[in-house]
Amino acid sequence: MADSNISPALALLVSEVKVVNVGLEGFVKDLKDCDIEVVHLDWSPPAGGDPEMATLLAKLGV
Amino acid sequence: MTAFVLNEIRKGFYLDSVALMRLSREIAGAPGIIEAALMMGTPANIAIMRNAGLLQDATTPQGNDLVLAIRAESEDAARTVLAQAEKELDKPKTQGGGTEAWRPRSIAAAVNGVPGLNLALISVPGDFAAAEARKALNRGLHVMMFSDNVSIEDERSLKDRARELGLLMMGPDCGTAIIGGAPLAFANRLKRGGIGIIGASGTGTQEVSCLISEAGEGISHALGVGGRDLKKEIGGITTLMAIDALDADPSTERVVLISKPPHPDVAKAVIARIAKSPKPYTVCFIGAASADLPPNARFAPTLKGAAEIAIGRSIGDGFDAQAEASRHNRRAGAGRIEGLYSGGTLCAEAQVILTAGGREVASNAAIPGIPYLDSPDSKGRERMIDLGADEYTKGKPHPMIDPSVRDEALRAALQDPSIAVILVDLVIGYGAHADPAGYLAEVVAGRGKNAPLIVGSVCGTEQDPQVRSAQIKRLQDAGILVAPSNEDACTLALALVSRD
Repeated sequence: MADSNISPALALLVSEVKVVNVGLEGFVKDLKDCDIEVVHLDWSPPAGGDPEMATLLAKLGV
Repeated sequence: MTAFVLNEIRKGFYLDSVALMRLSREIAGAPGIIEAALMMGTPANIAIMRNAGLLQDATTPQGNDLVLAIRAESEDAARTVLAQAEKELDKPKTQGGGTEAWRPRSIAAAVNGVPGLNLALISVPGDFAAAEARKALNRGLHVMMFSDNVSIEDERSLKDRARELGLLMMGPDCGTAIIGGAPLAFANRLKRGGIGIIGASGTGTQEVSCLISEAGEGISHALGVGGRDLKKEIGGITTLMAIDALDADPSTERVVLISKPPHPDVAKAVIARIAKSPKPYTVCFIGAASADLPPNARFAPTLKGAAEIAIGRSIGDGFDAQAEASRHNRRAGAGRIEGLYSGGTLCAEAQVILTAGGREVASNAAIPGIPYLDSPDSKGRERMIDLGADEYTKGKPHPMIDPSVRDEALRAALQDPSIAVILVDLVIGYGAHADPAGYLAEVVAGRGKNAPLIVGSVCGTEQDPQVRSAQIKRLQDAGILVAPSNEDACTLALALVSRD
């Protein structure tokens, strides 16, 4: 586990990478082949597929 | 002939772009089909389908709808293929991790469900990518954004937020990264070692890292920053954070930085930061002739040069372009070189090398000092085409995933008597096509005996799923001349057209 005093970016480099994959499903297999823990998101376009609304909701933390 | 157009909309049905490409190709190749597409109903995709005459006037999909659009010679043909496509879509979704794999519906649910989750790999359509990245950052995740078509304003806003939080925001349009051995998007299976890479370019990072790995040295991490990070609007935010991280990383002994020439103000800031580093740097601003660097940094004008400086010795010593050229003299001295590249930075490197070799070059992805293909100055020049550029990939996967993007240009070049040599790249590794060499060999099979010579290189490693040596052999068996690196392929092309 990374030391809590180091920067988050360095912590990423010295810790185990654990990935959430959002999009192309093929990337999951590649990561698993390298023994990297990965969870694939069951993603579909948010906000009824309206990009502007999706951006707004993300900014609002929804 | 009157075409019949048939549309079907599936509300709220999402499939990723690679799955869509596979099914699109199946239905487009069915009997009686003139053209077909399966796309999410985003505004950009609707415009593409409408321009192609694939949408009925009344069809008005939303961004989270899947659109099946078919233009056929007859209604019967259209309905037959529609039924076939629907059958495919009704099959259960494939599971990357097996059918038992848990699939959270949101980033928040993923963070809550997986202790220690630390990175989001985002490859959803560009219209939605920034929103997902913002959610990931706000949950404390570093982001690798493979998606492109994200505005530069969104990029700046996301990178500002990431910097506040101390998180790495790699991308958008970040083709590759390798962190602690984790291949993110297009990445190769590399030896582990002490060389860190920071890349504002996907294939630039792949070429340098593969050349280093194949030479027997290893990579600690390869951090992508996105092709626009060193533009004035972004100011090198991720590059500067990546330098901080690799400087502090105990497994990184030296660093290679690869980018197109940065904005001068950004270059100054990055070089000033490198000057404070305790580690040696190699800087490759591909397309720049030089850079004013501090004593701990060396400039490399090419990708191969960057790899050589990083490992402290030359690569591919056994390759002699002049000797190789002398064995293939049937088109000696005649004609142009046409570059058909899937890798943008490999295309940039070709421009550097051909220009240094005295050729006049033009490109759709021109480096500084080179005219664009659509400019009046480009006439009669060697054309170096980046087939991964937006104009070739709108609504389609990248040519490294779908090499058919190159077919039309390749067939035209093979028939063009003014062309002596066709330069190509093959990029293998995770995320890439399963057998690009086999695909290319089939496309060029049966070419005439006076067709241009084809010269290429394979960017990848022996450990990659496609196996570099097997890909090289497949190309050689198809009569394609294969050099050990893109730089060497360009040098061979020059030798072939320069012979008396």
